[in-house]
Amino acid sequence: MHDIATSFINLDGITILYLFGVGFVGGLVSGFIGSGGAFVLTPGMMSLGVPGLMAVASNMCHKFPKALVGAMKRFKYGQVDVKLGLILGVSAEAGVLYGAGIQEKIKATYGDAGSNLYVSVAFVVILATVGGFVLYDAWKTYRSGNANSEEKAGKLAMWVQSINIPYTMVYFKSINARVSILFTIPLGFATGMMAATIAVGGFVGVPSMIYVLGAPSLMASATELVIAFVMGLGGSLKYALHGMVDIRLAMIILAGSLFGIQLGAIGTTYVKPFMIKVVMGLIMVIVLFSRGLMVPVYLSQLGLIDKLGDTTVKLLKNSSFAIMIFALLLGAFIVLRAMWQGKQAEKLQHALGALEHGEV
Amino acid sequence: MAQSSTKKKPFAAMIVMGVVSIALYTTLLMKQDVINSTFAQGGWYALLPIVVAFIFSYFHGGFTGHFWTVLGVEAARKKREVK
Repeated sequence: MHDIATSFINLDGITILYLFGVGFVGGLVSGFIGSGGAFVLTPGMMSLGVPGLMAVASNMCHKFPKALVGAMKRFKYGQVDVKLGLILGVSAEAGVLYGAGIQEKIKATYGDAGSNLYVSVAFVVILATVGGFVLYDAWKTYRSGNANSEEKAGKLAMWVQSINIPYTMVYFKSINARVSILFTIPLGFATGMMAATIAVGGFVGVPSMIYVLGAPSLMASATELVIAFVMGLGGSLKYALHGMVDIRLAMIILAGSLFGIQLGAIGTTYVKPFMIKVVMGLIMVIVLFSRGLMVPVYLSQLGLIDKLGDTTVKLLKNSSFAIMIFALLLGAFIVLRAMWQGKQAEKLQHALGALEHGEV
Repeated sequence: MAQSSTKKKPFAAMIVMGVVSIALYTTLLMKQDVINSTFAQGGWYALLPIVVAFIFSYFHGGFTGHFWTVLGVEAARKKREVK
């Protein structure tokens, strides 16, 4: 424990402002798409000198109260399916433990570089396939001119909803259908594994709720907050048992992220549902490039390719981090812009209504 | 909240929650050495960060919610239900 106690960093004004700012932007995106921010927060804390495990633990400890506040806010808007969130959340917790176990084994066998390579490859493969598909689907919706119409469950979701496995069927209000928990368990498990591997379970959780179960985008992203709460609470407790949580870091990030998550949640009431897919898909695809840049660094550390020069490594690392920050800022910008446009449209509609009724 | 353009803004609630929130953060930063060394002990002390996180989220979450309402940033008046 002594080692942990001495690894707490000193906090100055700049550090506090930095954590608050990143927390705000991360919260804004999370409030909108149900997850995000962690992929910047963890390396962001590590760049301040926080040990890796403590950064992960502190991130977890800010995530569950943030997700709780966001879920409660979006519940008021009728967007949260608590039952689906809790069922997925419990299986996600198992996925987190399993994913963490795999991570530990890889680290023990191949060291830090092996573990980092595994994380980066997982990032690239998953974000390329899922992120690419989400973005393509959003683009298709936009091009079809159906952006305003109600979302319909896809073929896969219709098939999943049509399967009846006795004693396993549960009704979910977000889907407005009964689905076997034998389908939800692996989805939750995969979400948890992603959370343990790339820190953002929602990149699997939200698309799987939309495309596999048939939940509308807004409900899927809101329900993800319930899953994040369950996973974050369990994860925080696990790390806190070993004294790994730096509560100061967690609460300072929380200070910013609670401002952000409220705003992101409000933003969902102004946008067309496909905007959730646009923001999520864009962030996923940009982050994919960020992690992709790091693959040669880890391959070189493992001796699988020629050794890279220090300047090249530094350049790749800095570019990777800058791209991640850009992804988050772009997401935040789209959310704020969509909100602003929605608010203006609402004002205009209100003014026109008043004119029609001769109030002006 | 959505129909609240004519509703009174929650100034008092925002101030109360804000003051408690500032007090919590001030205590956390002033007593950081004691808090860090206590929380780092793990075991049963693991419950402390969890409890602290819930307390902060209640007061600071309440404050931030009222903060945006007071600023006039509220949910859209239509399509609250997405079903």
